[in-house]
Amino acid sequence: MSEYILEMKNITKEFPGVKALDNVTFNVKKGEIHALCGENGAGKSTLMKVLSGVYPAGTYTGEIILKGSTQSYSGIKDSEKAGVAIIYQELALVKQMSVCENIFLGNEKVKKSGLIDWDKSYAETQKVLKEVRLNINPNTKVVNLGIGQQQLVEIAKAIAKKAEVLILDEPSAALTESETENLLQILKELKAKGVTCIYISHKLNEVFEIADNITILRDGKTIGTEPACEMTENKVISKMVGRELTQRFPRKEHTPGEVVLEIKNWNVQNPDLPELKVIHNANFAVRKGEILGIAGLMGAGRTELVMSIFGAYGANVSGEIYLEGKKVSIKNPKQAIASGISYVSEDRKRYGLVLGMDIKNNVTLSSLESISRLSLINGNEAIKATNQYVRDLRVKTPSIEQKVTNLSGGNQQKVVLAKWLMTKPKILIMDEPTRGIDVGAKFEIYNIMNKLIDEGVCIVMISSELPEILGMSDRILVMHEGRLTREFNWEEATQENILTYATGGM
Amino acid sequence: MGNAELNAIAKDNQTALKDSKSIKKILLGTLKGNMRQYTMILALLVIWAFFTIVTDGIFISSRNLSNLFLQCAATAIAACGMVLVMVAGHIDLSVGSFVGLTGAVAAQLMVKGGFGTIETIAITLAIGLLLGLFQGFWISYGKVPAFIVTLAGFLAFRGGVIAITGGNSIAPMNDSFKIIGQGYLPKINANLPFNDTSALVGVAFIICYLVFELVKRHSRIKYGFEVLPVPLLIAKMVLFSTIIALGIGIMASYMGIPYAILLLIAIIVIFTVIAEKTTFGRHVYAIGGNKEAARLSGININRVNLGIFVLMGLLSTIAGIVYTARLNAATGSAGTNMEMDAIASAVIGGTSTLGGAGTIAGCIIGALVMGSLDNGMSLMNADVAAQYVVKGLILLLAVWFDIKFSKRA
Repeated sequence: MSEYILEMKNITKEFPGVKALDNVTFNVKKGEIHALCGENGAGKSTLMKVLSGVYPAGTYTGEIILKGSTQSYSGIKDSEKAGVAIIYQELALVKQMSVCENIFLGNEKVKKSGLIDWDKSYAETQKVLKEVRLNINPNTKVVNLGIGQQQLVEIAKAIAKKAEVLILDEPSAALTESETENLLQILKELKAKGVTCIYISHKLNEVFEIADNITILRDGKTIGTEPACEMTENKVISKMVGRELTQRFPRKEHTPGEVVLEIKNWNVQNPDLPELKVIHNANFAVRKGEILGIAGLMGAGRTELVMSIFGAYGANVSGEIYLEGKKVSIKNPKQAIASGISYVSEDRKRYGLVLGMDIKNNVTLSSLESISRLSLINGNEAIKATNQYVRDLRVKTPSIEQKVTNLSGGNQQKVVLAKWLMTKPKILIMDEPTRGIDVGAKFEIYNIMNKLIDEGVCIVMISSELPEILGMSDRILVMHEGRLTREFNWEEATQENILTYATGGM
Repeated sequence: MGNAELNAIAKDNQTALKDSKSIKKILLGTLKGNMRQYTMILALLVIWAFFTIVTDGIFISSRNLSNLFLQCAATAIAACGMVLVMVAGHIDLSVGSFVGLTGAVAAQLMVKGGFGTIETIAITLAIGLLLGLFQGFWISYGKVPAFIVTLAGFLAFRGGVIAITGGNSIAPMNDSFKIIGQGYLPKINANLPFNDTSALVGVAFIICYLVFELVKRHSRIKYGFEVLPVPLLIAKMVLFSTIIALGIGIMASYMGIPYAILLLIAIIVIFTVIAEKTTFGRHVYAIGGNKEAARLSGININRVNLGIFVLMGLLSTIAGIVYTARLNAATGSAGTNMEMDAIASAVIGGTSTLGGAGTIAGCIIGALVMGSLDNGMSLMNADVAAQYVVKGLILLLAVWFDIKFSKRA
């Protein structure tokens, strides 16, 4: 038997049109904490889904060897049986059930009679809770626990299943600093007891605090595995980036004018977890005729920042918004739209489109008032306006009465864009404007952005793709854990220095 | 972006348009787009043919069909509101009790209070509006699911009915009130074998329809949009005029158009306009289709929800007035199960139980299907038990058919 408890050899996983994993090799020693690092979309989560059986054997090529024997899982149940447990970013607990019920969910302790043995379950729950140093009654409902405690319940659940390999995917994304500290401490204790842990995190300080080895993925390929003690944060970042910037962006010279939007002392609390502050005292301004890029890693609070400005992120928001020098109050999206702010959301299917409606009804949805008299819609004006946008944005469709669910991702995104352009915005916020659309459509979106700038609109663009941020923005704000950590001019920004500030380095 | 590329795409779109100009393609397109409604019309015709055969033609007689339309009227009025409620993703279980309660209020005002017809109707409508506002408030601002709020209404309003009627029926209503549910347009010339006023109204309807169609065409031409080729336009106009003539003709050759049906036609037109042509209507569909996207599009969801239930309350009240007028009395059990018939009509007519889709026209077809089953089986002297079973199975089949069909699409 080799020194490795887990070996993943030559794993390749393809999705239609994309190679998410390309011949990846990933080896983990018994009893170590092994960090997996990479940019958004590098393939970390995909690799872990292969390991945990979410993508069953046969949907990928390559070999998984656990404790010396080749594995072929047909589902999560198989991988759990083999001793692999995964804890996702979004916790998978049933909120209305007790801690004890959750820990044995799907794995119930059953008596000979076929009934659940609650006494035994309760006793075992107490035992595993002690291992994660969680001092709560096993009958407490999960809904009454904080996020940090819920995370520990998940770990306890994995221990109860006798997991030998524990995978944590961005475990600290929603945790406070002291909760994170506590989590890392518990992981170290588990390691001392022989549990192997794979730790995925964007936060390099955490990685360096606990990891023994670090493996870096980039664009679906393994870049290398090194002992943490031989690495530095800068080395990790340069390996995470490591690619050449190609000319995929139609950069145009912009001349920024006066300040249109100014945000001062902006603080935001999570509406569901009031104790969690998602934005800390943000201050920034957007000028006429510029593209302001906002960079940051997943969970840095970029979407929360713009959603709260748009009036769509709960009521626990404080700070001031100045629009063309005048202070405005925006409590809901309707007021935001009326003030000239539009928001193209990151998830067009969930937040942008009514999929069952046709193009015309989607495009006009936010501007019905402008084409109606006494709230009676002028149907011909709706057709005229929609035709105009379909032509300008080059939406490829046989008819404007096509349901948007039948369009390709790129064309759907153009429909969302048309909806917001019809509101005649002064400030267009675009959250991941090119996510999930093909290269050609991306290029068209960039051209539209340049055209809008020429027409005097200002654009705030959030993107997880660094080349896009670098290729399109005039100025770049970097966020880390709810704070604006740095502002760059596009000439001085590089992938390396953005990532340094995005991972909390200085 | 290159201009050449742009032109190429514009050309592509143009050729696509030109191709689709051929009459055959337009016909196929409409057929495909409205498959759901056409199958329901077909199903309705099959049901009618079946009952006509088994009742030796009694079913298809103008007398029976006139009665059938009249029997459907109250349910169909309530079903129009149910479409909006369900499109927005809600449900209203209180319709039957609501109809019973507003009917009882009207009867109480008239019989015990001595109010005239106009005052009675005005006060009843005001009370219905307030009750709708009350339910809507709890749903939109109280965030209690419509299922629960209207279930509470279902119980509480029925309590109100029993309290007012005391278990007896309140009767009789004034003649001028009764005609809302039982009366027909009067004849001018009593010697004619058909109702002449109704025939004139029918002609007026056809003229209105033709003018509407031509005005629409003219406006589209002004905007430079595609219009139907003339032969198709004429075919369409002839087809719809014939349908109107047939429907009105059936009633005119019996006693004439009932006032209740005139009322129903007005409501159908108004609510079709609300659903298709107003900002409010578009917002209802957007909320049902994707609530989050609707919210981020600047739609005030609470206010729209409140509006929906106020309209539903008004329609339930009108249904209550028609129902009470037809029976010429208010009883403790009036309106029982009407919410189920309204829901079934809407669903058979293509309204999605998940929200986002549904039409007023479809639900009227649905109401006719349900009403025809009731009427036809009564003519056959079928057992009440059998009637319930058949209606249940038809509902099940219709929805199953829809699910299978929409999966394919």
